[in-house]
Amino acid sequence: MRYLPHTEQEIAEMLQAVGAEHLNDLFSTIPDSCCTLQQLDLPDPLTEWELNEHMSGLAASMAVAPEAKVFLGAGSYDHYTPAAAVQLLSRGEFVTAYTPYQPEVSQGTLQAIYEYQTLVTRLLGMDVANASMYDGASALAEALLMAVRVTRRKKVAVSEAVHPLYRRVVNTYFHPTEFEVVEVPYGKDGRTDLSRIGSLEEMAAVAVQSPNFFGCIEDLQAVSERVHTDAKTLFIVGFTEPLAYGLLKSPGGHGADIACGEGQSLGIPRSFGGPGLGMFAAKMTYVRQMPGRLIGQTMDKDGRRAFVLTLATREQHIRREKATSNICSNQGLCATASAIYMASLGGTGIRGLARLNYDKAEYLKTAFHDAGLAVAFGSPTFNEFVIRFPEGSEQTYRRLLEKNIVAGLPLVRYYPNLKDHYLLCVTETASKEDMDTLVREVAS
Amino acid sequence: MKEISELQLPEDVRYAEDHEWAKSQGDVLRVGISDYAQDQLGDIVFVELPQAGDRLKKGDEFGTVESVKAVSELFMPVSGEITAVNGALEDAPELVNTAPYSDGWMIDVKPDDPSELDALMDRDAYLDMLKGSEQ
Repeated sequence: MRYLPHTEQEIAEMLQAVGAEHLNDLFSTIPDSCCTLQQLDLPDPLTEWELNEHMSGLAASMAVAPEAKVFLGAGSYDHYTPAAAVQLLSRGEFVTAYTPYQPEVSQGTLQAIYEYQTLVTRLLGMDVANASMYDGASALAEALLMAVRVTRRKKVAVSEAVHPLYRRVVNTYFHPTEFEVVEVPYGKDGRTDLSRIGSLEEMAAVAVQSPNFFGCIEDLQAVSERVHTDAKTLFIVGFTEPLAYGLLKSPGGHGADIACGEGQSLGIPRSFGGPGLGMFAAKMTYVRQMPGRLIGQTMDKDGRRAFVLTLATREQHIRREKATSNICSNQGLCATASAIYMASLGGTGIRGLARLNYDKAEYLKTAFHDAGLAVAFGSPTFNEFVIRFPEGSEQTYRRLLEKNIVAGLPLVRYYPNLKDHYLLCVTETASKEDMDTLVREVAS
Repeated sequence: MKEISELQLPEDVRYAEDHEWAKSQGDVLRVGISDYAQDQLGDIVFVELPQAGDRLKKGDEFGTVESVKAVSELFMPVSGEITAVNGALEDAPELVNTAPYSDGWMIDVKPDDPSELDALMDRDAYLDMLKGSEQ
């Protein structure tokens, strides 16, 4: 669709038709206190040459793989994307953030999203997935609100081993509501403290992340059993690295009621933090309380397979303030990207890639251990883990940055008690040589 | 859609302005929606009901009914405590279409004030209201 702004003449004709003198008259009902009355303080426009130079300057100020050796995950992961996926995604027909509601003109996009939903349910072992949310953090917040609607209870519990920024988004969602968010501490092994889950009462939901923020794989079976001792409480499994489920038993296989998280890992570039992809799936029992949009398969009047927006009666344009969520769009392009990525790799490919990530991360973890550094938590991990650096780690971190090596994430920023602890990530893109260099530099 | 003359409007129930009906059954009132309401909604695909034990006031929303073309809220015709809900509607919401006054019932309410039933419309008053809204 092309966007062509109106000409001065057209604007004048329209103003005349509605009986207004100036364009601003149309906004006269907005109080001055809500308007920016002075001109915006914007720099002068640049030529294409100047703009390119400006952008190159910005890029040079950042550490980007593969020029820099980046051992940083923490919710955003560096993976190879097959060239076929990039090529297919460049097709203009896919470029939209919206879930189209006119099936008569949108079969291609609707089918792409339907395939995405199908692949998500398979990866996560769930019954039904939506057309996607904005990102992993908003998906988790929406999942908790959904649990409140399903159970009609007022409290939710979230593990402290869930991504700290996700918890911040959850608190932003919940702050204006009457509902309460309780945090569940993690134990010495870096996993959510099971004994603390047992003491929770009247919870709408208990949410953990696996692999969690420390890279530790939660004992989802044990958590699930503990959570479900209260039959009404929903068990929510979050994630930032869905690739892990190529190797690990799925959230659905452990009895998750809702599985949700970030899908950037599956064929979407890191782009310094966005855009992301909120993957969201649930048990069929709860489908009518799901947020976001759903694409369903049906037949047209000639009996041919067709795709449509389905169960739209949950949505804002029909239910207004009673909708299950205020999200009526999705991450259309990112969802399509991840569907193409998953389909390109296939089940075997995803499993093989997950195995490769695990093996490489184990190699680095063992190398740190052999070099005499402490692996902070004993639980099994996937492609991230926490290492305690020797004292004076801030200097080490800065020294490595100057050598173009990003030695993970200093956890003290989010967990003040974890001084000198660094969260390191290894994906298939890390070479043995780079990992050996990292260990040598940190240990020296 | 049915003509008004084709509607089933039994004499033994009372009607609310939002098209719910209520009928005395011992010390509880049985509540559903009228033939007119189900006919206007069309094929009903989902009914969301409260939980037994919920206490609601007259005019409060007690659930929603979803058809292929619309979603409508359901409102309490009287104040009281929900004593039972029609679990059959979970798997067979179409009962509201086929038998709105019998198998398609929705909730049983123990009314706070049984005389609130008398404040609802009888068949003739409801019929007049429907005729008025058709004009």
